[in-house]
Amino acid sequence: MLTIKKVPTVVSNYQEDGDDNNNAAGIRTEDATQSQARGCARNCLGKCCLPVSKLPLYAFKKNDYPSKNNAVFPSDDGVSPISFLNNLLLAQWEDRMRRGLFRYDVTSCETKVIPGRYGFIAQLNEGRHLKKRPTEFRIDQVLQPFDENKFNFTKVGQEEVLFRFESNDDDKSRFFSSYAVDICSISPSVVAINVSPIEYGHVLLIPRVLDCLPQRIDHESFLLALYFAKEAADPFLRVGYNSLGAFATINHLHFQAYYLSVTFPIEKAPTRRIMTRKGLQGADLVVSELLDYPVRGLVFEGGCVLRDLSDAVASSCIYLQQNNIPFNVLIADCGRKIFLLPQCYAEKQALGEVSLEVLETQVNPAVWEISGHMVLKRRKDYDDASEDYAWKLLSEVSLSGVRFESVKACVSKATGLQVEVDTYNIDQKECIYDSEAPQVASHMQRDCPAIH
Amino acid sequence: MEPQLGLIEQSFHVRYSDGVREALDELGDSFLITDPSISGHPIVFASSAFLKIFGYSKDQVIGKNGRMFQGPKTNRRSVLEIREAIRQEKAIQISLLNYRKDGTPFWMLFHMCPVFAKEDGRVVHFLGVQVPILRKSGVVRNPSKLCEDGTGFLGCCRREVTSDSVMEVGRGLALDYLLNSDDRELEIDQPCEASELEKRKAATAISNILSVLAHYSASEVTGRLVCGKACCLSGMGLGASINISFGRIKQSFVLTDPHLHDMPIVYASDAFLKLTGYARHEVLGRNCRFLSGLDTVSATQFQIAECIRNERPCTVHILNYRKDKTSFWNFLHISPVRNATGKVAYFVGVQISSSCNSQGKQGLSPAMEHLSVVGAVKVAVRSLSIGASTS
Repeated sequence: MLTIKKVPTVVSNYQEDGDDNNNAAGIRTEDATQSQARGCARNCLGKCCLPVSKLPLYAFKKNDYPSKNNAVFPSDDGVSPISFLNNLLLAQWEDRMRRGLFRYDVTSCETKVIPGRYGFIAQLNEGRHLKKRPTEFRIDQVLQPFDENKFNFTKVGQEEVLFRFESNDDDKSRFFSSYAVDICSISPSVVAINVSPIEYGHVLLIPRVLDCLPQRIDHESFLLALYFAKEAADPFLRVGYNSLGAFATINHLHFQAYYLSVTFPIEKAPTRRIMTRKGLQGADLVVSELLDYPVRGLVFEGGCVLRDLSDAVASSCIYLQQNNIPFNVLIADCGRKIFLLPQCYAEKQALGEVSLEVLETQVNPAVWEISGHMVLKRRKDYDDASEDYAWKLLSEVSLSGVRFESVKACVSKATGLQVEVDTYNIDQKECIYDSEAPQVASHMQRDCPAIH
Repeated sequence: MEPQLGLIEQSFHVRYSDGVREALDELGDSFLITDPSISGHPIVFASSAFLKIFGYSKDQVIGKNGRMFQGPKTNRRSVLEIREAIRQEKAIQISLLNYRKDGTPFWMLFHMCPVFAKEDGRVVHFLGVQVPILRKSGVVRNPSKLCEDGTGFLGCCRREVTSDSVMEVGRGLALDYLLNSDDRELEIDQPCEASELEKRKAATAISNILSVLAHYSASEVTGRLVCGKACCLSGMGLGASINISFGRIKQSFVLTDPHLHDMPIVYASDAFLKLTGYARHEVLGRNCRFLSGLDTVSATQFQIAECIRNERPCTVHILNYRKDKTSFWNFLHISPVRNATGKVAYFVGVQISSSCNSQGKQGLSPAMEHLSVVGAVKVAVRSLSIGASTS
């Protein structure tokens, strides 16, 4: 069993009670279970309180059929008026700021784009991480069963919940400012604040909160996350996911999202198409691999309906989970582009293979860090932050070329797509040849320079 | 959402003197001029060569966003690169797949450059030139085969024209090619690199257009110079990118700068102008107190001043006056807004007139409407002064 020690990020104001109770070996466990049975006066998200609660509800319209011009996404987000969901999210988040629910004001933290090719983003945040003793996290098991004695989102106070986010069967999306929660007919999915935000608007999307799902991807939940990105229709609101072993904080299924109105480094990286499923009217489902980026990863785009894209990614994630490969997922560009990033940093850390210099900055490379957004705790690290440092850190995160090939094979099996190397569809001017790639088709390859 | 055509007319009319449109058309190049300070970043000018190549009439293009010429096979990354260039107020030259009105796609070299106002260094327009990329007429249809001369797939796209003297002929041929060629369908999947000639053509066009714009703006009538380089920066102007972000916010709001003398308005939304009846140039640079009048309670104004001094948000009901002297009750919310340095850079003021529906069409309460604007402004301003632009 491999473990690492780290200070867990506090995402809810109710989190510390639970964890404290269970870290002291066995002594206070009874207290913990008792407080649950009491049916708390806390107005939480448990079965005790939800049935008598009312929450705002945003019910989005599901789009299972290809539209006339085959456009899954509108062409003008970025200039079109802010969507209702986006306004709702911003208003509710700002409201919680006014109520003092966050541990600090993230907009008071200095942030900068580091000069360089990719423009990594660094933030100086001395208050994010607690000065508490670190906890042990098991990092060699991507699938772990839900433990109700540990902190989970049913224990969150309702004031930390902004609204419910679920699908409807109607012809359009609807909003109800106050809707009774009928837990018999539906398991509510909620959007809650992260009280230690990385940036403005940092929220947690918790699918089917009462079902107490452990942190693992399933098709329905991933589709929910993708619809969230799409309905918000803001290219600067990205949605992220960390598996266990890839720096997920809590073993209760959740996605994260926040706003940052700059382009992330990972969004600038060139890509090379490696798998295609042809679709009607050019709506091909395309899987590409990242080029010239310190972390090896795959990019999923396209499909006739959102579900196609969602299922391809979800199936791939499930395959990785079953093969015990930790990974992170970034949903960008309003849901058009999904990055799947397998990683091995935690494993390296547990085996003592990470350089001391990198370890001392205490950056845990989860999805945001891998995408190029790093929160630094020490002024010195922030002032010295360079593209070199970011590259060095992220290189430790990446799987090796050989291991990545087996991930590609996983994805190929999971999605049913063949890995091809279509030399006429590279975004770069150079021709790249990976000597370990299977099923290399074109005879042109031999003359091209090899890469690492 | 149709941006007012009046604003679009203004965009050109205020900056350049008469005759500029004819002079621009005389250049014969295909290009668009857009205005990032108008909500939706619309096109304010389209050259006749552009309209001819794309097959649209002027009315179908003016007021629309440049995205309308993209389609399903347009490379999304290229679109993002263009967006990033706009955000950083930089020039970009990139191959792009565009679509004509009849739906046919074609490759073109897109060269975009910001147009700066000399007086304050603000980006006033973006200029985008389109140069169609020509392919060898006998290009192979099977993408997995090499071109016979063995130059690789990039060679298949290039025209074998290198001499400048052929440029005139080339342009005519380009138009003919696009209007008549039948076998374009199979080629569009392959990314296309422009030739050196085409790149030079684009750069020359940009330079010529900028000369015309500079010439027509140097007159006494407008007295405002435009140029192709950022000459200086002042505290007043906001970047193109933030203008575009603000343009997405439909409610009435203003941004004021507490670091400038008398805390002037540095941004006013279209809805604010509509609510108060003023034109943009009548409010920019002024302190908000001009909205108050005879019957405005001074205690309320004092309350606002106190909150600003303490960098705290506040909400008040204040009696305000429009340009036509009629009054309205302004449900006003003011909040400090920080930029990337973490310090307060601006204050945002959000106005809801009581004569409007109290429950907005959107279903948010007025108090929530206030906060949604504050949030959107905070997100946009957060990346101001975030620093180094990348290569």
